[in-house]
Amino acid sequence: MDTIFALASARGKSGVSVIRISGTRAHDVARAMAGSLPPLRQATLRMLRNEAGERLDSALVLTFAKGASFTGEDVAELMVHGSMATVAAVERCLAVDHGLRLAQPGEFTRRALDNGIMDLTQVEALSDLLEAETESQRRQALRILDGAIGRVVGVWRRHLVKAAALVETAIDFVEEDVGNFDTQILAELRAVEGGVQSELAGQRARERIQSGFEVALIGPVNAGKSSLLNALAGRDAAIISDVAGTTRDVLEVRMDVGGFAVTFLDTAGLRDTTEEVEAIGIARGKARAEQADLRIILHPADQPAMMIETTDRDLVVRSKADINAMPNGISAHTGQGVDRLLDQITERLSAMTARDGVTVRERHQQAMQQAATALTDAIDKIAEGDYIAELVAADIRIAINALDVLIGVVDVEDVLGDIFSSFCIGK
Amino acid sequence: MKQYDVIVVGGGHAGVEAALAAGRMGAKTGLVTFRKDDLGVMSCNPAFGGLGKGHLVREIDALDGAMGRASDYAAIQYRLLNRSKGPAVQGPRVQADRVRYRDAIRHIVAEAPNVDVIEAEVTALELEGGRVVGVRIGDDSALLAKAVVLTTGTFLGGKVFIGDRSFPAGRMGNAASTVLAQQLRGLGLPMGRLKTGTPPRLRSSSIDWDMLETQPGDDIPAYMSFLTNHTIAPQIACAITHTNPETHQIVRENLSRSAMYGGQIEGVGPRYCPSIEDKITRFADKDSHQIFLEPEGLDSDTVYPNGISTSLPAEVQEAYVRTIRGLQNVEILQPGYAIEYDYLDPRALDLSLQLSALPGLFLAGQINGTTGYEEAGAQGLVAGLNAACMAFDREPLHLSRADSYIGVMIDDLTARGVSEPYRMFTSRAEYRLSLRADNADQRLTPLGQTLGCIGDGRRVAFEEKNGRLQSARAKLTAKTFTPGQLRNAGYKISEDGTRRTALELLGLPGFGFDVLETLEPDFKTIDEDTRAQLGREMIYAAYLTRQESQIASLRADEARAIPDGIDYSAINGLSRELADKLSRSKPKSIAQAGRIDGMTPAALVLILARIQAVGRRESA
Ligand SMILES: Cc1cc2nc3c(=O)[nH]c(=O)nc-3n(C[C@H](O)[C@H](O)[C@H](O)COP(=O)(O)OP(=O)(O)OC[C@H]3O[C@@H](n4cnc5c(N)ncnc54)[C@H](O)[C@@H]3O)c2cc1C
Repeated sequence: MDTIFALASARGKSGVSVIRISGTRAHDVARAMAGSLPPLRQATLRMLRNEAGERLDSALVLTFAKGASFTGEDVAELMVHGSMATVAAVERCLAVDHGLRLAQPGEFTRRALDNGIMDLTQVEALSDLLEAETESQRRQALRILDGAIGRVVGVWRRHLVKAAALVETAIDFVEEDVGNFDTQILAELRAVEGGVQSELAGQRARERIQSGFEVALIGPVNAGKSSLLNALAGRDAAIISDVAGTTRDVLEVRMDVGGFAVTFLDTAGLRDTTEEVEAIGIARGKARAEQADLRIILHPADQPAMMIETTDRDLVVRSKADINAMPNGISAHTGQGVDRLLDQITERLSAMTARDGVTVRERHQQAMQQAATALTDAIDKIAEGDYIAELVAADIRIAINALDVLIGVVDVEDVLGDIFSSFCIGK
Repeated sequence: MKQYDVIVVGGGHAGVEAALAAGRMGAKTGLVTFRKDDLGVMSCNPAFGGLGKGHLVREIDALDGAMGRASDYAAIQYRLLNRSKGPAVQGPRVQADRVRYRDAIRHIVAEAPNVDVIEAEVTALELEGGRVVGVRIGDDSALLAKAVVLTTGTFLGGKVFIGDRSFPAGRMGNAASTVLAQQLRGLGLPMGRLKTGTPPRLRSSSIDWDMLETQPGDDIPAYMSFLTNHTIAPQIACAITHTNPETHQIVRENLSRSAMYGGQIEGVGPRYCPSIEDKITRFADKDSHQIFLEPEGLDSDTVYPNGISTSLPAEVQEAYVRTIRGLQNVEILQPGYAIEYDYLDPRALDLSLQLSALPGLFLAGQINGTTGYEEAGAQGLVAGLNAACMAFDREPLHLSRADSYIGVMIDDLTARGVSEPYRMFTSRAEYRLSLRADNADQRLTPLGQTLGCIGDGRRVAFEEKNGRLQSARAKLTAKTFTPGQLRNAGYKISEDGTRRTALELLGLPGFGFDVLETLEPDFKTIDEDTRAQLGREMIYAAYLTRQESQIASLRADEARAIPDGIDYSAINGLSRELADKLSRSKPKSIAQAGRIDGMTPAALVLILARIQAVGRRESA
């Protein structure tokens, strides 16, 4: 395969820019530019020159050997001063003087996958890691990068293969009076079913780590939702982005809360209304809040009765605490209780993500759902007794295939396309 | 010098099917075997079919082979194994009268168009320009052919072992094929040794039958051939007895004198057909093993004790056999023995069973590392058809895992090779819900018609049966019912508002033809066989639809052929380990490569990219 290079750090002005070269000629080209190469895996300062001998930049040069690098190929990394002109000069030298090719988006990762350095779930995790905005996203991605999904699925697979073998024995060796394995088969299947179900249960929260949690602020008109939102948003450093005015009914502000990406939704105030347009707005706000991961219900200190039905998913807070001097309430004006509210939110979100699961993506969910359905089918058949063995065997096969897809053993072409198209150049 | 289209070496089960198939294709075929008497000889157990194997017999039959018809002629007991399970895993089996089977095969071969039987030992392959162009026979004359099929069975370098005694033989009483074995080894082909064993044969009149439990055949027999419609020979019962601690004691004390256990044999034996020595060592906690006493024929005084194959010395065999209930005074007519023989690593074959390194040479049967008559016959059929295709310069027949057990077997052999003698099981077939013994004709006969290996008799019978099936299917699909209609007629059905065809109803519990008839009297005209067939199909309907997309992607992957001689070490990015594995197992398609242990999707993408690149270069 040809040798490729690309800027591995963000493009634009920065302190240091990293240019990565991968392929059979990586070391030769780096040597030609740096005069000589430091020992593997030791960053050392070298003067880079082009073929005409002109100085390009003094840079840190770092090399990795085939089999022990990110891509699995020989790799050289040049850490140059982060000016656009310097980067351009080095890139020109690589392309024009040495005839290397600029990497396609995701091509380094693709090579890592091709070389067996990573499995599919790890590649996905890497893409998440590179895009991680928060601490929880980073930790989750790292865990998967470490092969966590592969390990969990590997264990399930062993149980299923065992169960399948037992079913097949009862089919193919009837003449050998081998006995009845139903109890054992059920035990194997239930072990996996339990595992898959608990993964599925924790899946939504883990997906939220990626996509962000939605926290809805609801309460009657003038309960202080907008001021609370402003107070939250006012804690400047926390804001990730504000997609304000997405709809006229729901206002969104995205921020980092205790390491979680959270989108606060400010819904239209609730009140009985006869005005049609407002009623529609309230209905939309309600529907959106209904789907949120957490609802914060504001109960203004100056209003006695609650108008809203609450559940244990909800956090109820007394707002406008400054008016009645409520010690546990919050006040957007004085800032009282805002930090405590943030802590409470963090606590709730941590509880949701506490399950020690590993699967994250929609694709994982679909595969597991398919496996879970097939397993339930198999278990039900056996539990009812007098079952058609080959159908149970077929169910188990479906489950195994589904899990195989999860770790990318089969049927991955579409997934590959999907993953690689979401990469940006050089990573 | 005689010129043939196809020469088949060996008159065993593989050789006979190969010669007959080539003959049906119109190829002028020479079947060379040691003795004319070889045709239709069963070296081991007097039975055909069983789980997986019954499927193979039906598939051979669907392609108009001889095994199904001959075993129906010879059948003295029919049993459908797994009758209590679903139709996909039921295996038709017969116990066969040796003499009747041999007679049937001889008759079929004698009547066959285009097949000459030549009695001779083949001592060498005739080679010319890196191809096989014929064979040399005993008296040193040559027979030329456009393609040669080698089916030497257990004869190639065969060596028989009884206790500490051993001598070269192809099976008891027959000479081994040693000269040919030497030539093949000299050609540098990948060869190895395998072993198998057979039990002692007992004199029927010396068995105390009265004290034994008997096992009769089925009341309603499931015939082996689609063409058979009645039981031909008189039917008999078998008897069942068991080994006991005393039997085990004797075997255990003499283990060191067994050829298999004394270390005289280097070849690997099958795990699923263990000798009594094996059973007693590996399952030490079991103090009894079942034995079926199977008469070898209607007029035969010989009994085959199924379950105690052995290579202990003759006197030890006599001692342990006599500890068994009913066999106290039994007389051994021929001691059990083990046989070791040469096989060729089947990964050297392509999907048409041709040896990639030696064009013009096809291999089938035990020589490819399989065991069993049915496995041999099925390969013989494919090799014979493809040898004829080669002779006529036609595209070869490649069966798929999705269309037949034969396809599964050939794919397994050529992709994975063997580590012990290979036999068929239903669990080897991932699409077994659609690859049933009962629909082998639906799956394969049309294929055979296109190829030209189906005789007129079968063609007419198949078309007639198929016509009935199609018209019944059309009737049942045309008539639909709403849940309301069904409820009004007094039947339970979920109120989901779906209109269901009568065919779909057949797949639901509680809707047999008895019910359908009350809904639509016209269904009364559908005959019994057709009803049974449709009923079997509908049991799996829900699963079959789900499998469709998998089968489609398998077929797509099977269609992505990997050219011969691809250099895996030159594919950048392929790990050394995988490249080695690939070079060894020589996958024929992306589908086969995908099943190699340790294969990753990434590696598949690389191989795919490489073959596409090769394809582009070639077509450019
Ligand atoms: C001792 C023993 C035990 C067995 N046990 C089992 C068992 O437990 N289970 C089971 O499923 N199967 C068993 N079998 C195997 C079964 O018999 C074979 O799998 C089957 O017969 C193989 O068919 P084939 O056509 O490949 O070869 P065979 O039936 O062996 O036929 C080979 C034919 O080739 C001819 N031949 C060979 N070399 C030459 C030559 N150079 N020139 C001319 N003719 C030649 C021979 O005369 C013979 O007719 C056993 C066989 C033996 C001998």
